[in-house]
Amino acid sequence: MSVRRRLLLVLPTLAGITVLVFCFLHLVPGDPVEIMLGEGAAVADAATLRTALGLDRPFGEQLVHFLHGLVRGDLGHSIAFRSPVANVIAARYPATLELAAAALALAVVTGIPLGVLAATHRAGALDVVARTVSLLGVCFPSLWLAPVLVLVFSMYLGWLPVSGRGGLAHLVLPAVSLAVAMLGILVRLTRASVLGALGDAHVLAARARGAPEWLVVWRHAVPTALAPVVTLVGLQAGALLAGTVVTETVFAWPGIGRLLVQGIGARDYPLVQGCVLVIGITYVAVNLLTDLALALLDPRLRDDA
Amino acid sequence: MRRRRGTRQAWVGGGVLAVLLVAVFVAPWLAGVDPYATDLGVRLEPPSAAHPLGRDALGRDLLARLCLGGRVSLAVAACAVSLALALGVLVGAVAGWRGGWTDALLSRVIDVFLAFPGLLLAIALTAVLGPSLRHVVVALAALGWTGYARLTRAHVASAKHRDFVEAAGALGVGGVGIVRRHVLPGAAPLLLVQATFGLSAVIVAEASLSFLGLGAAPPTPSWGGMLDEGRLFMLVAPHAMLVPATALAVTVVALQTLGDGLRDLLDVPDRRQRWHVGQ
Repeated sequence: MSVRRRLLLVLPTLAGITVLVFCFLHLVPGDPVEIMLGEGAAVADAATLRTALGLDRPFGEQLVHFLHGLVRGDLGHSIAFRSPVANVIAARYPATLELAAAALALAVVTGIPLGVLAATHRAGALDVVARTVSLLGVCFPSLWLAPVLVLVFSMYLGWLPVSGRGGLAHLVLPAVSLAVAMLGILVRLTRASVLGALGDAHVLAARARGAPEWLVVWRHAVPTALAPVVTLVGLQAGALLAGTVVTETVFAWPGIGRLLVQGIGARDYPLVQGCVLVIGITYVAVNLLTDLALALLDPRLRDDA
Repeated sequence: MRRRRGTRQAWVGGGVLAVLLVAVFVAPWLAGVDPYATDLGVRLEPPSAAHPLGRDALGRDLLARLCLGGRVSLAVAACAVSLALALGVLVGAVAGWRGGWTDALLSRVIDVFLAFPGLLLAIALTAVLGPSLRHVVVALAALGWTGYARLTRAHVASAKHRDFVEAAGALGVGGVGIVRRHVLPGAAPLLLVQATFGLSAVIVAEASLSFLGLGAAPPTPSWGGMLDEGRLFMLVAPHAMLVPATALAVTVVALQTLGDGLRDLLDVPDRRQRWHVGQ
């Protein structure tokens, strides 16, 4: 796929996300205003909120208003936080960024070398380790790894804080539980990809020239094997930056994923809409950047073949 | 006779799954313990002979609740995967067979659904529709159908110009008949393997939704909900959390093993692309 085509494909996706998010309030069964305020709300309050949300105007006009707000970076007004949604999200985003960076770094720094070594020492002890790790990643989703880590390291051993955001100590458990969930597939893919590359002609040629084994592996096999790994890491980065709802909830991490859950709990629909929109756009943007980075790395991906 | 690769894995995974299904659907019926009976005098009691897995925070028998919760979790997952499969195959077949504008339009719709990472779409949908098991099924199907649609689309598009399809067309079989009887059966192994992995992803996703309070409404148990309830008391009674967590892990590993085995047996290329994790 050419770079230009890839860029153009983003437009309908973004439009689709926007429309889907806009339709949110209209998908709510019953009256969203009544749900937000509760049934006992004063008629005047309900009318004020209805006007503020623009729900008293025709559908088309609402959409135009919504889009007009978006262009100016106006995501509406959060009911629970009593401030603009954009500000609420901006205040939470650094926490998500910090956690995502830590988890991704941890997964990449351990996962890729482990995958490469598993491929070069096939059926050896390291391969067994790698296979165990990738199985662990599958059967320990953060959903239950996170509470177990808290139980062991915070409650029994008392080494690390239970929850919240602060220094490095607060970061360890949430980052580890996310990294373990990612490691499984990362190790598996790296191993398979490097195994494939080790059979390539240019690796064979390097061997034939008498290059030392470490050079063959790290200079010739690994770089060609990395393309699918980069794609995967990009997808994972996108998902992490989109906020990791369960992990952030378990550790009371003040990121955008937890904000979304709080918005749902408070029936703060403008906030929910804002979070979903920002998360969707972030994910699309990171995936686009990943594809562009790949095209930069591999000239074959630049033009339509 | 030499057994084919994957046979053992498929048998082990399938066997564990069968045992789980029997335990979840038949055992409670034999034991006759009420999963809803509360007894605050013995809350969070550790495992004992009378209550092999102990009791939860309201003194309810954890084994009985685990079985009932398993029924809920597995039934929801099975419904969601069936719905996703039906929708995905339909959309994929239409896109692949018609090509052109139809294909372009449907592919963009798939892209939009793929533009939401992990659980987000399911969370948003259940948040809007309100927590109920039916909405959870819809939300999980909305999360998973794109994978089946892409597989089916690719398969149908590549089979369209093959000789057997043109032969069927020459014999006067209509488009729908060709796709249904001649093209789709060829995609069945791919879809079966994908659905096995899909089932394990959906089980984790359902547990995550319940964990966040967006799934089954209490007092109906589900594994994710039990995990959340147990989490509050994990220091005094770790069993209340570890029991549903272990059940989840065993089910997911069994399904993954079965999927790996089936993939080798049916000789399907590994193409799990999406990263589905209940983050």
